[in-house]
Amino acid sequence: MKNGNGILRFLACGSVDDGKSTLIGHLLHLTGNLYDDHLRILQEESARIGTAGGVTDYSLLLDGLMAEREQGITIDVAYRYFDTPGRKFIVADTPGHEHYTRNMATAASQCSAALILVDACRGVMPQTRRHALICALMGIRHLLFVVNKMDIAGWAEHVFRNVEAQCGLIAGELKHFGLSLAECVAVPVSALHGDNLVALSQKTFWYEGTTVMEWLQRIRPRARMERAAPRLPVQYVIKVARSGNAWQNGVGEKIRNWDTGTYRSYAGTLVSGRLKQGDRVVVLPSGLRTRVNEIWCGDLEVQEATAGMAVSLTLEGEHDIVRGEVIAPEDDTPEVAHLFKAQLVWMDEQPLYAGRHYLFKSLTGTATAEIIRIRNRIDPATYQRLAADHFSLNDIGEAEMALSRPIPFDPYHKNRETGGFILTDRLSNKTVGCGMIMHAMRRAGNVHWQFGEVERGERAAIKGQKPCVVWLTGLSGAGKSTIANCLERKLHGLGRHTMLLDGDNIRHGLNKDLGFTEAGRIENIRRIGEVAKLMADAGLIAITAFISPFRAERDMVRRLL
Amino acid sequence: MNKTDALHLLEHESIRIIREAVAEAERPVMLYSIGKDSSVMLRLALKAFFPMKPPFPLLHVDTTWKFREMISFRDETAARLGIELITCSNEEGLRQGVTPFSHGCRAYTEIMKTDALRQALDSRGFDMIFGGARRDEEKSRAKERIFSFRDGGHRWDPRGQRPELWSIPNLTKNRGESFRVFPLSNWTELDIWRYIAHERIPVVPLYFAAQRPVVERNGQWIMVDDERMELAPGEMPRMKLVRFRTLGCYPLTAAVESRAATVEDVILELESVRTSERAGRLIDFDQAGSMEKKKQEGYF
Ligand SMILES: Nc1nc2c(ncn2[C@@H]2O[C@H](COP(=O)(O)OP(=O)(O)O)[C@@H](O)[C@H]2O)c(=O)[nH]1
Repeated sequence: MKNGNGILRFLACGSVDDGKSTLIGHLLHLTGNLYDDHLRILQEESARIGTAGGVTDYSLLLDGLMAEREQGITIDVAYRYFDTPGRKFIVADTPGHEHYTRNMATAASQCSAALILVDACRGVMPQTRRHALICALMGIRHLLFVVNKMDIAGWAEHVFRNVEAQCGLIAGELKHFGLSLAECVAVPVSALHGDNLVALSQKTFWYEGTTVMEWLQRIRPRARMERAAPRLPVQYVIKVARSGNAWQNGVGEKIRNWDTGTYRSYAGTLVSGRLKQGDRVVVLPSGLRTRVNEIWCGDLEVQEATAGMAVSLTLEGEHDIVRGEVIAPEDDTPEVAHLFKAQLVWMDEQPLYAGRHYLFKSLTGTATAEIIRIRNRIDPATYQRLAADHFSLNDIGEAEMALSRPIPFDPYHKNRETGGFILTDRLSNKTVGCGMIMHAMRRAGNVHWQFGEVERGERAAIKGQKPCVVWLTGLSGAGKSTIANCLERKLHGLGRHTMLLDGDNIRHGLNKDLGFTEAGRIENIRRIGEVAKLMADAGLIAITAFISPFRAERDMVRRLL
Repeated sequence: MNKTDALHLLEHESIRIIREAVAEAERPVMLYSIGKDSSVMLRLALKAFFPMKPPFPLLHVDTTWKFREMISFRDETAARLGIELITCSNEEGLRQGVTPFSHGCRAYTEIMKTDALRQALDSRGFDMIFGGARRDEEKSRAKERIFSFRDGGHRWDPRGQRPELWSIPNLTKNRGESFRVFPLSNWTELDIWRYIAHERIPVVPLYFAAQRPVVERNGQWIMVDDERMELAPGEMPRMKLVRFRTLGCYPLTAAVESRAATVEDVILELESVRTSERAGRLIDFDQAGSMEKKKQEGYF
C-alpha cells in the first residue's frame, strides 16, 4: 500500500502576490501530480493571460473560480491533493486579502502545518504577522516561512538572512504571547523556477536547511492527538430492534441475538488518545460510569481504537446516552462547565457586542451562548491586547461566555477537537464566529440558583393574577409612554398589581452609567429586560416603554422571559 | 490496512462526515450514480451504521441514456443489500423526446439531469443529500465545501459559502433549504481504486478493458451501446479494447484505449497515466467554467 505515512494537511498563506499559487502549482508539477491535459491547458493559458512572462504560470492552476479569474485575486480556499510515495498531501490555498481572514482561520483549523510566503524583496509585511498569529492561534505548531522570489533578489544570502531574522522575531513574540511553536524555520526559494522546492539548489549554496518538500515529509501530524487524553464524542446512536428489519443483510447471529430487545451502539470518532475493550469509562455530562464492551470499526470488531478512528462502542449495561455526550476514561475526564473564557475569531459583517446570544456548537453538543464580556482585542500586526467593547469582522480577541447548559470540553491547547466551537446566528443561520476555549470560569460554581423556596406561581397566586411583561417599542415620539400610562391606569383600576418602567426614568437611575453608543443601548435593554423579568417573577404585570432598535435585543428579552 | 495509511484515514474521515450529516438531517438521501465513487460511498455508509442498514434510501436520476450494464448493476446492488432505491426521470423531458442528439449536450444535461434531480428532491423533501463528487475532479469543485448549503432553489452560491471549522459543520437551515454532502471530497481517483481493491467492492464491468463497439468522434472513442445511437453518414462502429474511467450517459462519455482488465491493472495504469479523468467527459468541455455554471443552476 502506498502513502504509508498518512496524510498531511497544510496551509499556504501570505500576502497577495507573494507567490502562493505559483508555489503550490509548481509543487504539484514537480511531484508528478499534474496531468498532461491540465498541463496543456495551463501552458495555453500562460501564453494567453499569464503574468510570468514566457515561463509557465503555475498560479493559473489554482485560481479556479471564474469570478476570481476575472478579478485576478483569490477569494476562497482552494484544496489541492498530491500524492507522493511517502504520504498524501492536502493543501489549502488561502487568500491573502485581509478581508478573507475568516477563510484562513477556517483552513487553519484543519491543518497541522503552514507555509507562510514572504516576498524576499519586501520582507515581512503586516499580513505575514497576521497569518502567523492566526495559524498559531488555531493550533498549528509547525510554521515554515517560505522566502520567495529569491531570483529577483539575485540569490543574495544577506537578503534571505535578513528576512529569516524577522521571521525568528515573530516566533519569539508568539511565544511571549503564549503560543509556542514546535518548529519555525525559513527557506529561500523561487516558486517560479522551482529552486529548493524538492531539491536543494546550487544557487543557494550558502543554505544548509531542508527543501520545502523535505520539511513537509518530516512532520508527524497525528502525534499530538494520539498522546492527548482519550475522548469519544457520541455522534449517532445506532439502534436496531432484534426482530426488526433494519439489520444489514448478512449480519451474524451473535449480534442479532443481542441480550436485550434492542441492539445499541454509540457511534463516533475517537478524536484523541486510545481506547481498549474493557476500559472503565465515564460518560459526560451525565456522569454515568460503565465499561467498554466491544469496539466496532465498520463490520470488524477490534481490540483497540486510536485517535482519528470512526468507531462504534457497545457499553456494559443498558443506558440511554445521547448525541453530544463524551465517553472518556474514568481517570482522565474532560471538564464540564457552562461559563468560560475563549479566544474568538469574528467572521460576520455585523459586529459582536456583549449581551448578544448565538447558537453554540461543538463536538460535545449545542447550546445557546451569551457573550457576557469582551475582554480585549488582539492587534494582529503587533500582537498587543487592546481594550475593546465589540468585535468587527475579522477581529480576534478574548471574551467570556455563558452557555444555557454545561457542556464537556478540554482547553484548546490540550485538545483541538474538544476545545473548539462555532457560533451561528439564529435568524440568518450564518456562521458568525468560531472560538477556542481557554478555561472555565469559577463564577459558574458560585452563583447557584436557589430552588425550593417560594415559587413564581405561588407569588402570582397571592395576587390573583397572571404576571407578564408588556413590552412597548417604537420610535422616539411614537406615543409609547402615553399608551403605557393609559394601560397601567386601566389595569390598576381593575385591581391588578402593575409596575411601569419608563425609559427616561431608568436612564436617570439604574442606567445612568450607560451612554448612547451601540454597546450602551444593548446593555440598557438587557438590564431593563432583567428587571422586568424579576418583576414578573415577583408576580407583577410589568409594562415597559423603550426604543428597542435592534432585533437581536428584542429577541434577547423574549428569551429572558 | 495499516492505521497510518492515507486510505485508512480517508475512510474514517468519510464515515465521520456521513454520520454527522445523518445525525442532523430530517430526510437524508444518497445520490447513487452507479459509478465507482458511488460504490465506495455506499460501502462507507454501510460501515458507518453497521449492523444497521443506512437510515436513508438511494436515489438514482435515470436519464434513460445510461449504459445498459449500469442499470442492471444498480438493481442487483440494491437487491443484494436490501436498501430502498428510488429512481426518477424527467417524464416531461422524455415525452418531449429530449436526447443528447436532439438538444445538444448542455440543454440535455439541464433538462434530464438537473431538472429531474430538483423535482425528485422537492417532491420528497430531502434535506441532506449525499453525493460522490471529489475535489480533484474539476477546478470549481476544489473550492466547494464538504457540507454545501443550497437555497430553496437548490442553488449554490460560491461566494456565500459557510466556513467549515474543525469537524464542526454548521448544518442549521430553514424549511426548503438543503445541504449537499460530499463525503469523498478529499479522495482522489487513485484513492478510490485502491480502496475498491482493498475492500473488494463490486463495480460496473465497463470500468475494465474489453472489446466494445465504438466510433471515433472529435478524437474520442464513443461506445455504441444500443440502437438509439445516431451514426453519421459513413460512420461504422468497430471493436476496440477500451474501458471507461468515468461513467455518465453513454453518448456523452468517452472510452479510453486500455488493457487494464482488473482492479489491479487499473491501479497500475493510473499510477502511470498522464491525463485527467474528466478529459473523457464531454460536458465539461462545452464551455469555459462550465461546471461552475452548472452548479449554480443546481446540477450536482
Ligand atoms: N520572479 C519570480 N516571480 C514569481 C515567483 N513566484 C511568483 N512569482 C510571480 O508573482 C506573481 C504572483 O504570484 P501568485 O502565485 O499568483 O501569488 P499569490 O497571490 O500569492 O497566489 C505572479 O506573476 C508570479 O508569476 C518567483 O519565485 N520569482
